[in-house]
Amino acid sequence: MILEARELRKRFKLKGRAAGTVHAVDDVSFGVEEGETLGIVGESGCGKSTTARLLMGLLDRDAGDVVLEGRRVDAPGGMPLREARSKMQMVFQDSFASLNPRLTVQDSIAFGPKVHGVPAKDAVGRARDLLERVGLEPGRFAGRYPHELSGGQRQRVNIARALALQPRIVILDEAVSALDKSVEAQVLNLLLDLKAQFGLTYLFISHDLNVVRYMSDRVMVMYLGRIAELGPVDAIYARTAHPYTRALLSAMPTMDPTHRTERPPLAGDPPNPIDPPPGCRFRTRCPYAEAVCERDPVDAPVESGHRVACHIMDKNSGHTLAR
Amino acid sequence: MSAVVADIPVVAPAAAAHGYWTSVLRRLLKDKVAIAFASILLLILLAAIFAPLIAPHDPYASSILKRLRPIGTPGHLLGTDELGRDMLSRLIYGGRLSLLMGLLPVFFAFFAGSALGIVAGFAGGRISTVIMRTVDVFYAFPSVLLAVAISGALGAGIANAMLSLTIVFIPPITRVAESVTTQVRSLDFVEAARASGASALTIIRVHIIGNVLGPIFVYATSLISVCMILASGLSFLGLGTKPPQPEWGLMLNTLRTAIFQNPWVAALPGMMIFAVSICFNLLSDSARQAMDVTR
Repeated sequence: MILEARELRKRFKLKGRAAGTVHAVDDVSFGVEEGETLGIVGESGCGKSTTARLLMGLLDRDAGDVVLEGRRVDAPGGMPLREARSKMQMVFQDSFASLNPRLTVQDSIAFGPKVHGVPAKDAVGRARDLLERVGLEPGRFAGRYPHELSGGQRQRVNIARALALQPRIVILDEAVSALDKSVEAQVLNLLLDLKAQFGLTYLFISHDLNVVRYMSDRVMVMYLGRIAELGPVDAIYARTAHPYTRALLSAMPTMDPTHRTERPPLAGDPPNPIDPPPGCRFRTRCPYAEAVCERDPVDAPVESGHRVACHIMDKNSGHTLAR
Repeated sequence: MSAVVADIPVVAPAAAAHGYWTSVLRRLLKDKVAIAFASILLLILLAAIFAPLIAPHDPYASSILKRLRPIGTPGHLLGTDELGRDMLSRLIYGGRLSLLMGLLPVFFAFFAGSALGIVAGFAGGRISTVIMRTVDVFYAFPSVLLAVAISGALGAGIANAMLSLTIVFIPPITRVAESVTTQVRSLDFVEAARASGASALTIIRVHIIGNVLGPIFVYATSLISVCMILASGLSFLGLGTKPPQPEWGLMLNTLRTAIFQNPWVAALPGMMIFAVSICFNLLSDSARQAMDVTR
């Protein structure tokens, strides 16, 4: 296990009229195997990005641990944050906002290595090499500013920037979501190539279920700051166990007209994450909700490597549908 | 890898990599308006520096007989003031103190205010609260009153006047710097820089300063004219320059009694202040445009 999240928790205190505590990420635990792609899906506000930022140390966690290569990050006797950040990098959704408009593409990519003590000349060399690898000819692109590039080109630069520190893990936070479909496909293929080339591990965060299915080895479904279901991609898509995942998947458009969606899609928005009631977070929208759902569900292993936080999947829960 | 270089290039092959400020200067030099106003400013500045060589008369030489001569009087191209001193010479000499008192306080306040504002904006939280609330205290007073109070407390003199003006201009510049920095700090590239393990100082140096200095600079240049006016106000109260020293603001004040007898001569120092401040304002506009590489 190259990366592990242990009961990560992040709460935001709100002041003023809407006073309360947002439970952005609530005791989330999962592991990432070396070389795999773990897809993270969920509606907006479910804590996907907060989880990513907690892993990167961009947000201070309230509780829990991030364990990288077996060492606790930013903890006494563990791995310093700075070291962890060179092993773990992130690509953001907004390709434009994530590049400094005042720096040339080459300088943006070379910034990270320079910070970590690589001599300027070598850093620039590495930047040009990476530009080549992400499909941007350095002779033409190295001296350009971000506004002179298209969205797809900018995201390639961002990928090159993330790779400049030679990380082992790359967190892709909605990295392709803002791109045109055709460009998105190219960038996805580029990501797969780079993964094979550098032996990378991906955390692929997206709200696009098709893309996640294409990219991931395992999938984690999040709902209101908690993990609803986590398992191998085939299991999640074929043997869906959590009512929420089922609802999500039924909202996914299909290309096959004979395969019509009969299941009801989810109605409405996720409930307010401010001071959520105890128990299963999904019970307010769940068609199978019962009295037992007011208790927190335990992670029930459905099959090897596939776990579900639902009382229905837990024989001893007392839910009438429990198997 | 599958070499998919499919994205269509937006512009012609870019020029060789060059520094950001070099490109700003290049764009500024292409701006005809900027060049025009920069030359006017340069002219005034050079005239002030080489005043002894250019001025036709001694700026202090007064004459009871030749008081308040109109513009175009032979020997006194721009007339004479209420003590019969040559206006042209006094205007040329006056540029020295006026420019100094208009520029230096803003210059110092620009550095101090930017530093405070960037730190406050980047650090946020308690540090920001301390800096910004302290700055807010100065906002409670009108700037003229504040300048007079500080200057009065420090005692008369040009240096003290400039110090008081610096203190007056630090709060507004800090405020602008803080708000711009707060905006830039929330952008993803700052987050990305943090994710690469860079220290706060490095992030400020590489990623913040270049993106915030433009707007702060533009705002600061707009304060130069205000500063010149305030400086003249201090001089009028006897807290800055003292008569008979030539200084545009002071000249404007002493000539105000002659506004009915000889309005054009009386207006001349005001015109100089106006010319200089409008040059700075337009120049700062051009500078802002040149700094905006996304255009």
